[in-house]
Parts: sequence; C-alpha cells; structure tokens
Amino acid sequence: MLLQEAYRRMLLIRNFEETIEKLFLEGRVMGTAHTCIGQETLSVGVAAALQPCDAMTTTHRGHGHFLARGADPARAMAELFGKSIGYSKGRGGSQMMMDSSIGFYGANGITGGSIPFATGIALDAQMRKTGRVAICMFGDGASNQGVFHESLNMAALWNLPILYVIENNGYAMSTATVRGLANPCVADRAAALKVPGIRIDGNDFEEVRECVRHHADKARQGKGPAVIECLTYRLSGHSRGDPRVYRSREEEENAWKKDPVKTFEKTLIERKIASESEIELIQQQTAQQIEEAVQRCEQAPEASLDEFQNSLFSP
Amino acid sequence: MRNITFTQIIRETLEAEMQRDQTVLLMGEDIGIYGGAFGVTRGLIEIFGKERVRDTPITEQAITGIAIGAAVGGQRPVIEIMFMDFITLAVDQLINMAAKLHPIYGQPCPLVLRTPPGAGRGYGATHSQSLERIFFGVPGLKIVAPSDAEDASALLQGAIRDNNPVIFLEHKLLYPMRFQVGDTLPGPSELGKAKIARRGEDITIIAWSYMTVLALRAAEQLAQEDIQVEVVDLRTLAPLDTETILASVKATGRVLIVEEAPLTGGIAAEIAARINEAAFEYLDYPVKRHAGADLPVPSAKNLESACTPSLESITKAASDLALAE
Ligand SMILES: Cc1ncc(C[n+]2csc(CCOP(=O)(O)OP(=O)(O)O)c2C)c(N)n1
Ligand SMILES: [Mg+2]
Repeated sequence: MLLQEAYRRMLLIRNFEETIEKLFLEGRVMGTAHTCIGQETLSVGVAAALQPCDAMTTTHRGHGHFLARGADPARAMAELFGKSIGYSKGRGGSQMMMDSSIGFYGANGITGGSIPFATGIALDAQMRKTGRVAICMFGDGASNQGVFHESLNMAALWNLPILYVIENNGYAMSTATVRGLANPCVADRAAALKVPGIRIDGNDFEEVRECVRHHADKARQGKGPAVIECLTYRLSGHSRGDPRVYRSREEEENAWKKDPVKTFEKTLIERKIASESEIELIQQQTAQQIEEAVQRCEQAPEASLDEFQNSLFSP
Repeated sequence: MRNITFTQIIRETLEAEMQRDQTVLLMGEDIGIYGGAFGVTRGLIEIFGKERVRDTPITEQAITGIAIGAAVGGQRPVIEIMFMDFITLAVDQLINMAAKLHPIYGQPCPLVLRTPPGAGRGYGATHSQSLERIFFGVPGLKIVAPSDAEDASALLQGAIRDNNPVIFLEHKLLYPMRFQVGDTLPGPSELGKAKIARRGEDITIIAWSYMTVLALRAAEQLAQEDIQVEVVDLRTLAPLDTETILASVKATGRVLIVEEAPLTGGIAAEIAARINEAAFEYLDYPVKRHAGADLPVPSAKNLESACTPSLESITKAASDLALAE
C-alpha cells in the first residue's frame, strides 16, 4: 500500500467515524456504535501488512479495520441506518458485519468473542494449507477474557498461523488499563506460553506495518502465533453518549496534540511524499465519498422482514 | 442385520463421514489416543491421524469457538463435549457466535457438537444433566436427540452435512445399548422430523433421547392392560416437528410429554403450550407433563431414580392419564 493510499484510508476512517457521531447527535441513525478516532493509523498499518488471502477479525470497535481492509463505506454505514444494502442487510448493526470476500471475518459485539473464532480460521488455513494468516484484533479489556489464554495456548500448541493484535488504547470503557490488568503490559502474557510478545507504538504507521508483516510472514512459514500489543489512545468516547467522567479533558487535549492522523499527514509533507494540495485533494475526495455514502444509505430500501425470516438457517 | 451398540454405530458413522469428506474434522478432550471418555472415537486416530482427530486441552469455550471459526473457514468440524454439563463453558460461543452467523452475518456454519446428557449412572449433579433447554429457545441452533442406533446414524450424517450448527445429544445410557441395524449404514436423514415410534389410539407419549426408550417399554407394559400407547419420538428438538405432534394428539386426545430434566422451564412446557394453542378442542383431558424433579440430580441411586422419570413412573403417569375421567 502506497503511503498516499494509506493516508486516504486513515482519513476515510476518520471521516466515517466523525460522520457517524454527527448522525447520532442528529438522531438519524439507530442503536449504538464505538468509533475508533485516534486509532486509524493502527488499523491501516495492520491492513497494509496483509496479503489479500489473510483473514481479519475485530471487535465492537471495528469500522476502522473493515474500512482499512477495503470495505464499502456505504454498505458499512447502512448497518447503522438499518438498510438492506448493509453488509448484514441491516440486521447486524455496527458490531456485526462481515465480508469474507475481502478477508474480513467480522466485527463482534462480545468482548473477546472473536478470539477463538479467529483461531479456528487459522486452524482451517493450516489444514487446507492456504498460506493464509489470521489477524485477531482486540482491546486491552478483551485480553482479560479467559478465552484469550485458552486460544493462545492452543494456537501455540498447534503452531497456528495467527497474530493476536491488541489495541491497547488505555481504557476498557471506563476502566483504565492499570485498573484492569494486574500487569498492564498485555504482550508480557505471551511469554508464559513461550509465544513472542511484542509491544510497539501503535500510532506509528510504519512500525505497525513492519512488525505485523514480519510476524505474519513467520506465521505463514509455519512458525506459529505472536502477540503484538499496539499502544494507542482512544480519542473518542467509548460509545455514543459517553460523558467521559473517567478521564480529564486535559488528558484528552494532550492526546489530541499527538493526533496520529495529523502526525502522519505532517510526515507525508515533510518527506515530500505528498504536497499540501495533494493532501487537500484527498481530504475533499474522502469527505465527498462519505457524503455519498450517507446519501446512498438514506435512499436505500429498509431491511426486509420477509427475507430475514427466511434466512434463519443456511440451506 | 447386525446387533451392535449405540457407541459402535456412532463410531462407524463418524468414520464413514470422515472417509467421504476430507473436511470432516474431530476435536475434543481425550478423543484421540484415549478414544473419548465414553470410547466413542476409539480407533479413529489410528485411521485418520492426529490432525483430523484432534486431542484438545480442557477448554470448552475455545474448542467450540475454534470449531466455529474452522467451520466458517471451510472445515466441517465435529466436536465432542465430554459431558453435556460442561457445555455451560461453551454457551457464549454457541449462542452469540454460531447461532448468529447465518441469520445476521450471512455465513454458513457447518458445525456439529456431540455430547452425552442424562442421569442414571450416579455421576452426580455436574455429570448428569440434560441441558438442551438452554439452546431450545435460541433461534439459529438445531438440536438432535435420537433414541436408537439407525436414527442416530442417519441423523448424525444429516447433521454433519447440514450447513448450520447442530447440537447432537447422545444419552449416556444409550451408549452400551444394543440395537438391530442393517449391514450397511443408513443414508443421511433430514433434521427436523419426528417419527411415530409406536402406533396406538388411546394416548400419545411424546419423548426424545433415552426417554423414548423408556416410553416404548412403558407402552409395551400398558398394552398388556389393553391401553394402546402411541409414542412420538421427536428425534429433533429444534426445529420442532409440531405437525407430527399435533397429528398424533388429534388422533388420541390424550398426551403425556416426558422430559428427563426438571419440570420447570422445560421443553415439555413449550410443547404443551403449542398443543393447547393448536389442538385444544381435540383434547379429552388436559396435557400432562412428566419430568425430572426441580432439584439437582443427586448421586445416591435411590435419590437419582426418584428424581428422574423411570419406567415405573412413566408407566404409572401414562396409565393414570389414559384412565382419567
Ligand atoms: C462479554 C462482554 N462483556 C462486556 C461488554 C460491554 N463492553 C463492550 S466494549 C467494552 C470495553 C472493551 O474494552 P477493550 O477490549 O479495551 O476495547 P476498546 O473498547 O477499548 O476498543 C465493554 C465492557 C461486551 N460487549 N461483551
Ligand atoms: Mg481498550
């Protein structure tokens, strides 16, 4: 992925998330959503390291991962509008969408629920020798679910091609990492199972891409799983309507000063990879793309009850 | 014809399905070199190797979740949960993942989870439960509960070939029982069809799994007292074959539903409600349930048999209902 393209995806995610927050405030969409503002470069860094055949799973906070992998923003957004063009035909909402054709095996509303699931996708990849690596994205909070330990143990025992990529964004809802993890370094947990555990700056696009690529290649060669902990910060609230009583506005302001998307933008200009006018053009284009997505959602037909009732079971 | 155990036919069926389809994969605790806690998978690791007959650590949630992921990836996993009681540790993956894959995400999930429910062996409260009710009200899951060897084979084949998650109950008292079966395995059965296991016009007994075995024995005894019992063997609990149930109830006008697990909150209650809603005017007497006590399953022999339906208690309940004015 070229750096300009990476930037375009980061901006697309930022724009998507900000638009959703706005749509909620205006009462135009339903349900809930967890935006990943502040974690966009991480999403794109991981996606940039993958092969098209690779499989990714994510969590409740998954729009960024999905868009980074190439999802159609209109179809993703349509899940919030409850419209038939949505990836889950409007049935899933923000936390339940999947498109296996682009190697995206789903957001998941159960914290930690996708960890064994992704491990199973890796088992299938190993059995069928597809060369696929599974990338299981989850949060610092999810790392406390017992099933992480269970799955990592089995992945290590069986040498499965899977990377557990933790987005340590400092909080699990209101619970700061130091209040939820006896040892707030998730990567350390890998050592107990003799699995490589790496902790990196999750807001550094290139560091993320290189680290994920390196370990994905190793996994592809049959060298087994790895745990990669990416340090980041959730600039947005946990979910819509989060009053953020668990942290100070000052802490947030300081974090905004290090906004990873802006930082990446500056790097592109400094390194002369993109000019200011090119940056501006990308900004306009992504803004327009999101605007069009909103329009498509609004015009799309409602979710179909008939079709839903007839799809409980797979033929 | 041959005379073989329930265990034997399950093993043969697994072997045949694994020969037929390379993507059929077994996983579970101690199913490989040990052959499973009840010996069902004995010998299969020698035929198919440790990749396709996978011994796992003790981790029901991960076994189940991994199997679901592998199913979505392209395998047809058949997992074993050693005792049905341990399924509690896998409930999240079954309810929140497997059951949602097709209706919400649009992904087929060809998974079979085999597990033995049931009391009768004095194993105590955490090794004797019939917990199918946990899943009965969860749209998206299928539940199969055969009571004889031929059906078990046909339904297991049907379950393995089904593109949906199936919980397949093998009652532990069935395992050592012998059945007359054909020289070759039957073909696969479609899930969701009950069968009339015995014809009779005085009263209908509805049962599944091992309770059908007892219901058939009760019917035989009652025939000597000139009470003709029709036995509906549900075979599949979800989807429930309401049509067959109603047809039998309409013909006899009296119905006893037998469930091994506690009375309260059971599957029998749902069946009773459906009968009342759709066939009330055909009933000569209110629908009766005969179920386990509202107590944990105790281990002492006298307590255990007092707390679960037995041949005697079923016979008495059926006779009382048949003769009630
Ligand atoms: C099993 C389960 N428990 C609790 C929740 C509610 N919940 C949703 S997200 C969340 C915090 C998760 O934190 P983390 O894993 O760090 O991810 P982040 O939100 O920071 O991206 C909680 C408690 C849930 N959805 N599922
Ligand atoms: Mg977090």
